[in-house]
Amino acid sequence: MSFLDMDEWLVELQQRADVVYGPFVDTKEYPQDVDLVLIEGAVCNSDHVELLHTLRSRTKVVVAFGDCAVTGNVPAMRNALGGAAPVLQRAYIELADTNPQIPRAEGVVPPLLERVVPVHAVIPVEHFLPGCPPDAGKIKAFLTMLLEGQPVQLSPQEIKFG
Amino acid sequence: MAAKTLTINGQLISAEEDQTVLAAARDAGIEIPTLCHLEGLPDVGACRLCLVEIVGWPRLVPACVTKVAEGMEVYTDTERLRKYRRAILELIFAERNHVCSVCVSNGNCELQNLAMKLGMDHVRFEYRHPNLDVDVSHRLFGMDHNRCILCTRCVRVCWYVECAGTKNVAGRGVNSRIITDMNQPWAEAETCTNCGKCVQGCPTGALFYKGATVAEMERDRSKLEFIVTAREKKQWLV
Ligand code: SF4
Ligand code: SF4
Ligand code: FES
Repeated sequence: MSFLDMDEWLVELQQRADVVYGPFVDTKEYPQDVDLVLIEGAVCNSDHVELLHTLRSRTKVVVAFGDCAVTGNVPAMRNALGGAAPVLQRAYIELADTNPQIPRAEGVVPPLLERVVPVHAVIPVEHFLPGCPPDAGKIKAFLTMLLEGQPVQLSPQEIKFG
Repeated sequence: MAAKTLTINGQLISAEEDQTVLAAARDAGIEIPTLCHLEGLPDVGACRLCLVEIVGWPRLVPACVTKVAEGMEVYTDTERLRKYRRAILELIFAERNHVCSVCVSNGNCELQNLAMKLGMDHVRFEYRHPNLDVDVSHRLFGMDHNRCILCTRCVRVCWYVECAGTKNVAGRGVNSRIITDMNQPWAEAETCTNCGKCVQGCPTGALFYKGATVAEMERDRSKLEFIVTAREKKQWLV
Protein backbone atom coordinates (compact mmCIF):
# COMPACT_ATOMS: atom_id res chain seq x y z
CA MET A 1 0.00 0.00 0.00
CA SER A 2 2.83 2.29 0.94
CA PHE A 3 4.43 1.36 -2.38
CA LEU A 4 1.29 2.45 -4.24
CA ASP A 5 1.43 5.71 -2.28
CA MET A 6 4.29 6.74 -4.56
CA ASP A 7 1.49 7.79 -6.93
CA GLU A 8 2.61 9.21 -10.29
CA TRP A 9 6.23 8.28 -9.66
CA LEU A 10 5.13 4.69 -10.23
CA VAL A 11 4.66 5.59 -13.90
CA GLU A 12 8.22 6.84 -14.06
CA LEU A 13 9.43 3.75 -12.23
CA GLN A 14 7.55 1.55 -14.65
CA GLN A 15 9.42 3.16 -17.54
CA ARG A 16 12.77 2.40 -15.98
CA ALA A 17 12.14 -1.04 -14.53
CA ASP A 18 10.01 -4.08 -15.36
CA VAL A 19 7.97 -5.45 -12.51
CA VAL A 20 8.32 -9.19 -13.03
CA TYR A 21 7.03 -10.78 -9.85
CA GLY A 22 4.89 -9.82 -6.87
CA PRO A 23 1.35 -9.40 -5.62
CA PHE A 24 0.44 -7.28 -8.69
CA VAL A 25 1.89 -9.71 -11.21
CA ASP A 26 0.26 -12.88 -12.46
CA THR A 27 3.41 -15.00 -12.74
CA LYS A 28 3.45 -17.82 -10.18
CA GLU A 29 7.08 -18.83 -10.74
CA TYR A 30 9.88 -16.52 -9.57
CA PRO A 31 11.77 -15.55 -12.77
CA GLN A 32 15.52 -15.87 -13.52
CA ASP A 33 18.04 -12.99 -13.62
CA VAL A 34 16.19 -10.47 -11.50
CA ASP A 35 18.08 -7.26 -10.72
CA LEU A 36 16.33 -6.23 -7.53
CA VAL A 37 13.78 -7.70 -5.14
CA LEU A 38 12.03 -5.96 -2.27
CA ILE A 39 11.10 -8.75 0.09
CA GLU A 40 8.53 -7.99 2.76
CA GLY A 41 7.24 -10.02 5.68
CA ALA A 42 8.88 -12.15 8.35
CA VAL A 43 9.89 -15.75 7.67
CA CYS A 44 7.13 -17.82 9.28
CA ASN A 45 6.71 -21.11 7.40
CA SER A 46 8.49 -23.55 5.10
CA ASP A 47 7.13 -21.93 1.91
CA HIS A 48 8.75 -18.65 2.90
CA VAL A 49 12.12 -20.34 3.38
CA GLU A 50 11.87 -22.03 -0.01
CA LEU A 51 10.95 -18.79 -1.79
CA LEU A 52 13.85 -16.99 -0.13
CA HIS A 53 16.37 -19.56 -1.37
CA THR A 54 14.88 -19.41 -4.86
CA LEU A 55 14.92 -15.65 -5.11
CA ARG A 56 18.40 -15.41 -3.64
CA SER A 57 19.79 -17.68 -6.33
CA ARG A 58 18.04 -15.72 -9.10
CA THR A 59 18.49 -12.12 -7.90
CA LYS A 60 21.42 -9.68 -7.81
CA VAL A 61 20.26 -7.33 -5.05
CA VAL A 62 18.00 -8.46 -2.21
CA VAL A 63 16.38 -5.81 0.00
CA ALA A 64 14.72 -6.61 3.33
CA PHE A 65 11.76 -4.29 3.04
CA GLY A 66 9.87 -3.13 6.12
CA ASP A 67 10.10 -4.05 9.81
CA CYS A 68 8.70 -7.60 9.46
CA ALA A 69 11.42 -8.54 6.97
CA VAL A 70 14.13 -6.67 8.89
CA THR A 71 13.32 -7.63 12.50
CA GLY A 72 10.50 -10.21 12.56
CA ASN A 73 8.29 -7.48 14.09
CA VAL A 74 4.72 -8.46 15.05
CA PRO A 75 4.73 -11.96 13.47
CA ALA A 76 7.78 -12.84 15.60
CA MET A 77 5.88 -12.04 18.81
CA ARG A 78 4.65 -15.63 18.71
CA ASN A 79 8.20 -16.82 19.44
CA ALA A 80 7.66 -15.94 23.08
CA LEU A 81 5.17 -18.82 23.27
CA GLY A 82 8.05 -21.20 22.63
CA GLY A 83 7.47 -22.97 19.28
CA ALA A 84 5.00 -23.93 16.55
CA ALA A 85 2.99 -26.44 18.60
CA PRO A 86 2.06 -24.11 21.47
CA VAL A 87 1.17 -21.38 18.93
CA LEU A 88 -1.22 -23.66 17.03
CA GLN A 89 -2.62 -24.96 20.31
CA ARG A 90 -3.30 -21.42 21.49
CA ALA A 91 -4.79 -20.16 18.23
CA TYR A 92 -6.86 -23.14 17.07
CA ILE A 93 -7.73 -25.03 20.27
CA GLU A 94 -7.69 -22.72 23.29
CA LEU A 95 -9.15 -19.69 21.50
CA ALA A 96 -11.55 -21.56 19.21
CA ASP A 97 -15.22 -20.72 19.61
CA THR A 98 -16.49 -23.81 17.81
CA ASN A 99 -14.99 -27.00 16.44
CA PRO A 100 -11.43 -26.69 17.81
CA GLN A 101 -8.91 -28.41 15.52
CA ILE A 102 -5.46 -27.73 14.15
CA PRO A 103 -5.55 -27.33 10.34
CA ARG A 104 -3.47 -29.96 8.59
CA ALA A 105 -3.28 -30.37 4.81
CA GLU A 106 -0.07 -31.85 3.45
CA GLY A 107 1.19 -29.90 0.47
CA VAL A 108 -1.48 -27.21 0.88
CA VAL A 109 -0.93 -25.57 4.25
CA PRO A 110 2.83 -25.06 4.73
CA PRO A 111 4.03 -26.08 8.21
CA LEU A 112 4.96 -23.25 10.58
CA LEU A 113 8.62 -22.81 11.48
CA GLU A 114 9.44 -23.32 15.14
CA ARG A 115 10.57 -19.71 15.31
CA VAL A 116 9.77 -16.69 13.15
CA VAL A 117 12.99 -15.06 11.92
CA PRO A 118 13.99 -11.99 9.88
CA VAL A 119 14.99 -12.46 6.23
CA HIS A 120 18.73 -12.03 6.85
CA ALA A 121 18.65 -15.00 9.23
CA VAL A 122 17.94 -17.22 6.20
CA ILE A 123 19.71 -15.62 3.23
CA PRO A 124 22.30 -12.84 2.79
CA VAL A 125 20.68 -9.44 2.24
CA GLU A 126 22.26 -6.43 0.50
CA HIS A 127 20.11 -3.63 1.93
CA PHE A 128 17.69 -3.04 4.79
CA LEU A 129 14.80 -0.60 4.62
CA PRO A 130 13.00 -0.63 7.99
CA GLY A 131 9.70 1.06 8.79
CA CYS A 132 6.21 -0.14 9.61
CA PRO A 133 5.51 0.56 6.83
CA PRO A 134 8.43 2.35 5.13
CA ASP A 135 6.65 5.45 3.82
CA ALA A 136 6.39 6.29 0.14
CA GLY A 137 8.96 9.10 0.24
CA LYS A 138 11.51 6.81 1.79
CA ILE A 139 10.90 4.02 -0.75
CA LYS A 140 11.20 6.50 -3.58
CA ALA A 141 14.46 7.97 -2.26
CA PHE A 142 15.84 4.46 -1.79
CA LEU A 143 14.85 3.22 -5.25
CA THR A 144 16.21 6.38 -6.86
CA MET A 145 19.64 5.73 -5.32
CA LEU A 146 19.61 2.18 -6.69
CA LEU A 147 18.35 3.18 -10.14
CA GLU A 148 21.00 5.85 -10.49
CA GLY A 149 23.68 3.46 -9.31
CA GLN A 150 24.58 5.65 -6.33
CA PRO A 151 25.81 4.09 -3.08
CA VAL A 152 22.84 3.53 -0.77
CA GLN A 153 23.02 5.90 2.16
CA LEU A 154 20.04 6.25 4.43
CA SER A 155 19.51 9.07 6.90
CA PRO A 156 18.67 8.32 10.58
CA GLN A 157 14.99 9.07 9.88
CA GLU A 158 15.00 6.58 7.01
CA ILE A 159 16.12 3.66 9.18
CA LYS A 160 13.60 4.21 11.98
CA PHE A 161 11.87 1.07 13.17
CA GLY A 162 8.15 1.30 13.75
CA MET B 1 38.26 23.54 43.04
CA ALA B 2 41.34 22.54 41.08
CA ALA B 3 41.05 22.36 37.32
CA LYS B 4 42.31 19.51 35.14
CA THR B 5 43.44 19.96 31.59
CA LEU B 6 42.79 17.19 29.08
CA THR B 7 42.05 16.72 25.41
CA ILE B 8 38.88 15.22 23.94
CA ASN B 9 39.12 14.37 20.23
CA GLY B 10 42.18 16.59 20.12
CA GLN B 11 40.33 19.58 21.56
CA LEU B 12 41.94 21.12 24.64
CA ILE B 13 39.52 21.18 27.58
CA SER B 14 39.65 22.41 31.13
CA ALA B 15 37.41 20.53 33.56
CA GLU B 16 36.74 20.55 37.29
CA GLU B 17 38.67 17.80 39.03
CA ASP B 18 35.64 15.82 40.20
CA GLN B 19 33.92 15.92 36.82
CA THR B 20 33.39 12.80 34.76
CA VAL B 21 34.68 12.55 31.21
CA LEU B 22 31.05 12.62 30.07
CA ALA B 23 30.27 15.86 31.94
CA ALA B 24 33.46 17.52 30.70
CA ALA B 25 32.70 16.48 27.12
CA ARG B 26 29.14 17.74 27.27
CA ASP B 27 30.27 21.05 28.80
CA ALA B 28 32.54 21.41 25.78
CA GLY B 29 29.70 20.61 23.40
CA ILE B 30 30.98 17.13 22.51
CA GLU B 31 28.17 14.59 22.27
CA ILE B 32 28.68 11.07 23.65
CA PRO B 33 25.74 8.65 23.30
CA THR B 34 24.23 7.49 26.62
CA LEU B 35 21.25 5.46 27.79
CA CYS B 36 21.60 4.74 31.50
CA HIS B 37 22.85 8.23 32.35
CA LEU B 38 20.19 10.67 33.51
CA GLU B 39 21.16 14.14 34.66
CA GLY B 40 20.77 14.39 38.45
CA LEU B 41 21.09 10.67 39.21
CA PRO B 42 24.23 8.89 40.39
CA ASP B 43 25.79 7.01 37.45
CA VAL B 44 26.26 3.25 37.44
CA GLY B 45 27.76 2.48 34.02
CA ALA B 46 25.04 -0.05 33.13
CA CYS B 47 24.57 0.39 29.38
CA ARG B 48 28.16 0.90 28.08
CA LEU B 49 26.98 3.12 25.22
CA CYS B 50 29.21 5.93 26.48
CA LEU B 51 32.44 3.92 26.06
CA VAL B 52 35.45 6.06 25.13
CA GLU B 53 39.10 5.41 24.29
CA ILE B 54 41.79 6.89 26.50
CA VAL B 55 45.32 6.86 25.14
CA GLY B 56 47.54 4.53 27.19
CA TRP B 57 44.62 2.80 28.94
CA PRO B 58 44.38 -0.91 28.18
CA ARG B 59 40.62 -1.04 27.70
CA LEU B 60 37.65 1.10 26.75
CA VAL B 61 35.96 2.84 29.69
CA PRO B 62 32.46 4.26 30.24
CA ALA B 63 32.68 8.07 30.19
CA CYS B 64 29.83 8.48 32.70
CA VAL B 65 31.75 6.84 35.56
CA THR B 66 35.33 7.83 34.67
CA LYS B 67 36.77 10.92 36.33
CA VAL B 68 38.89 13.36 34.34
CA ALA B 69 42.65 13.42 34.98
CA GLU B 70 45.46 15.77 34.09
CA GLY B 71 46.83 15.22 30.59
CA MET B 72 44.20 12.61 29.64
CA GLU B 73 43.76 12.09 25.89
CA VAL B 74 40.20 10.96 25.22
CA TYR B 75 38.63 9.88 21.94
CA THR B 76 34.84 9.60 21.73
CA ASP B 77 34.06 8.70 18.13
CA THR B 78 36.60 6.29 16.63
CA GLU B 79 35.87 3.47 14.20
CA ARG B 80 36.39 0.97 17.02
CA LEU B 81 33.94 2.75 19.33
CA ARG B 82 31.31 3.00 16.62
CA LYS B 83 31.64 -0.74 16.05
CA TYR B 84 31.24 -1.57 19.75
CA ARG B 85 28.37 0.86 20.27
CA ARG B 86 26.43 -0.61 17.39
CA ALA B 87 27.03 -4.14 18.70
CA ILE B 88 25.86 -3.10 22.19
CA LEU B 89 22.68 -1.59 20.75
CA GLU B 90 22.00 -4.72 18.72
CA LEU B 91 22.45 -6.87 21.82
CA ILE B 92 19.95 -4.70 23.69
CA PHE B 93 17.42 -5.12 20.89
CA ALA B 94 18.03 -8.88 20.70
CA GLU B 95 17.72 -9.40 24.46
CA ARG B 96 14.01 -8.63 24.96
CA ASN B 97 11.04 -7.90 22.73
CA HIS B 98 11.22 -4.52 21.03
CA VAL B 99 8.36 -4.24 18.59
CA CYS B 100 8.50 -0.51 17.88
CA SER B 101 5.46 -0.54 15.59
CA VAL B 102 3.16 -1.46 18.47
CA CYS B 103 5.05 0.21 21.32
CA VAL B 104 3.71 3.02 23.50
CA SER B 105 7.01 4.85 23.04
CA ASN B 106 7.27 4.59 19.24
CA GLY B 107 8.63 7.95 18.08
CA ASN B 108 9.51 9.08 21.63
CA CYS B 109 12.05 6.48 22.64
CA GLU B 110 15.69 7.06 23.56
CA LEU B 111 16.67 3.56 22.47
CA GLN B 112 14.93 3.88 19.11
CA ASN B 113 16.46 7.34 18.58
CA LEU B 114 19.93 6.06 19.37
CA ALA B 115 19.51 3.16 16.94
CA MET B 116 18.64 5.66 14.22
CA LYS B 117 21.50 7.96 15.13
CA LEU B 118 24.10 5.19 15.23
CA GLY B 119 22.94 3.72 11.92
CA MET B 120 21.49 0.44 13.21
CA ASP B 121 19.37 -0.72 10.25
CA HIS B 122 19.19 -4.36 11.40
CA VAL B 123 20.25 -6.66 14.23
CA ARG B 124 22.86 -9.32 13.41
CA PHE B 125 22.31 -11.35 16.59
CA GLU B 126 19.59 -13.91 17.02
CA TYR B 127 16.58 -12.47 18.84
CA ARG B 128 15.93 -14.22 22.14
CA HIS B 129 12.19 -13.49 22.30
CA PRO B 130 11.79 -14.25 26.02
CA ASN B 131 8.31 -14.68 27.45
CA LEU B 132 7.94 -11.72 29.80
CA ASP B 133 5.19 -10.19 31.90
CA VAL B 134 3.45 -6.86 31.80
CA ASP B 135 2.46 -5.57 35.25
CA VAL B 136 -0.60 -3.35 34.98
CA SER B 137 -1.75 -3.86 38.55
CA HIS B 138 -0.94 -0.28 39.57
CA ARG B 139 -3.80 2.21 39.41
CA LEU B 140 -1.83 4.74 37.33
CA PHE B 141 1.22 3.12 35.76
CA GLY B 142 2.23 0.02 33.84
CA MET B 143 5.52 -1.87 33.56
CA ASP B 144 6.27 -3.84 30.38
CA HIS B 145 9.31 -6.05 30.95
CA ASN B 146 9.49 -6.72 27.20
CA ARG B 147 10.80 -3.19 26.63
CA CYS B 148 13.05 -2.87 29.70
CA ILE B 149 16.78 -2.45 29.01
CA LEU B 150 17.80 -2.69 32.70
CA CYS B 151 19.33 0.77 32.69
CA THR B 152 18.12 1.13 36.32
CA ARG B 153 17.15 4.77 35.87
CA CYS B 154 13.76 3.98 37.48
CA VAL B 155 15.49 2.32 40.43
CA ARG B 156 17.84 5.23 40.99
CA VAL B 157 15.17 7.90 40.62
CA CYS B 158 13.02 5.96 43.09
CA TRP B 159 15.83 5.66 45.65
CA TYR B 160 17.76 8.91 45.26
CA VAL B 161 15.13 11.45 44.23
CA GLU B 162 11.83 10.19 45.60
CA CYS B 163 13.62 8.25 48.37
CA ALA B 164 10.89 5.62 48.39
CA GLY B 165 13.08 2.62 47.55
CA THR B 166 10.26 0.72 45.86
CA LYS B 167 12.07 -0.36 42.72
CA ASN B 168 14.96 -2.77 42.65
CA VAL B 169 16.76 -5.31 40.47
CA ALA B 170 16.31 -9.02 41.17
CA GLY B 171 18.06 -11.96 39.51
CA ARG B 172 21.30 -12.07 37.60
CA GLY B 173 22.38 -11.66 33.99
CA VAL B 174 19.73 -12.40 31.46
CA ASN B 175 17.28 -13.28 34.24
CA SER B 176 17.50 -9.85 35.85
CA ARG B 177 14.18 -8.12 36.39
CA ILE B 178 13.06 -4.78 37.75
CA ILE B 179 10.87 -5.54 40.76
CA THR B 180 8.70 -3.54 43.13
CA ASP B 181 9.19 -4.06 46.88
CA MET B 182 9.68 -7.78 47.60
CA ASN B 183 8.92 -8.82 44.01
CA GLN B 184 5.19 -8.39 44.32
CA PRO B 185 2.68 -6.78 41.94
CA TRP B 186 3.19 -3.02 41.78
CA ALA B 187 -0.27 -2.36 43.25
CA GLU B 188 0.75 -4.25 46.39
CA ALA B 189 4.07 -2.43 46.84
CA GLU B 190 3.38 -0.47 50.00
CA THR B 191 6.41 1.80 49.75
CA CYS B 192 5.33 3.24 46.35
CA THR B 193 4.17 6.84 46.77
CA ASN B 194 2.56 6.90 43.28
CA CYS B 195 4.84 9.83 42.35
CA GLY B 196 5.49 8.62 38.78
CA LYS B 197 9.13 9.74 38.70
CA CYS B 198 10.20 6.31 37.46
CA VAL B 199 7.80 6.65 34.53
CA GLN B 200 9.30 10.05 33.71
CA GLY B 201 12.84 8.68 33.97
CA CYS B 202 12.47 5.59 31.78
CA PRO B 203 14.17 5.89 28.37
CA THR B 204 12.00 3.26 26.63
CA GLY B 205 8.42 2.04 26.53
CA ALA B 206 8.92 -0.13 29.63
CA LEU B 207 7.21 2.29 32.03
CA PHE B 208 4.10 4.08 30.89
CA TYR B 209 0.95 5.81 32.02
CA LYS B 210 -2.04 3.53 31.85
CA GLY B 211 -4.24 4.52 28.97
CA ALA B 212 -1.32 5.41 26.68
CA THR B 213 -1.54 3.35 23.51
CA VAL B 214 0.85 2.96 20.55
CA ALA B 215 3.19 5.97 20.18
CA GLU B 216 1.27 7.95 22.83
CA MET B 217 3.73 7.71 25.70
CA GLU B 218 5.51 11.06 25.75
CA ARG B 219 7.54 12.08 28.76
CA ASP B 220 7.98 15.47 30.29
CA ARG B 221 11.61 15.47 31.43
CA SER B 222 11.35 19.06 32.67
CA LYS B 223 9.62 17.66 35.77
CA LEU B 224 12.76 15.75 36.70
CA GLU B 225 15.01 18.65 35.75
CA PHE B 226 12.97 20.86 38.07
CA ILE B 227 13.53 18.52 41.01
CA VAL B 228 17.23 18.11 40.27
CA THR B 229 17.80 21.89 40.04
CA ALA B 230 15.87 22.36 43.26
CA ARG B 231 18.01 19.79 45.06
CA GLU B 232 21.38 20.77 43.69
CA LYS B 233 21.11 24.52 43.33
CA LYS B 234 18.32 25.18 45.83
CA GLN B 235 16.47 27.02 43.10
CA TRP B 236 12.81 26.41 42.45
CA LEU B 237 12.50 27.44 38.79
CA VAL B 238 9.23 26.65 37.07
S1 SF4 C 1 11.04 0.64 23.83
FE1 SF4 C 1 11.79 1.88 22.11
S2 SF4 C 1 13.11 0.50 20.97
FE2 SF4 C 1 11.83 -0.75 22.31
S3 SF4 C 1 10.02 -1.27 21.10
FE3 SF4 C 1 9.52 0.59 22.20
S4 SF4 C 1 10.03 2.26 20.76
FE4 SF4 C 1 11.07 0.41 20.04
S1 SF4 D 1 11.93 0.08 33.48
FE1 SF4 D 1 12.78 1.70 32.15
S2 SF4 D 1 14.04 2.94 33.56
FE2 SF4 D 1 13.65 0.99 34.58
S3 SF4 D 1 15.42 -0.28 34.08
FE3 SF4 D 1 13.82 -0.76 32.58
S4 SF4 D 1 14.25 0.61 30.86
FE4 SF4 D 1 15.40 1.41 32.60
S1 FES E 1 25.70 6.12 29.98
FE1 FES E 1 27.62 5.44 30.63
S2 FES E 1 27.37 3.31 30.81
FE2 FES E 1 25.35 4.00 30.29
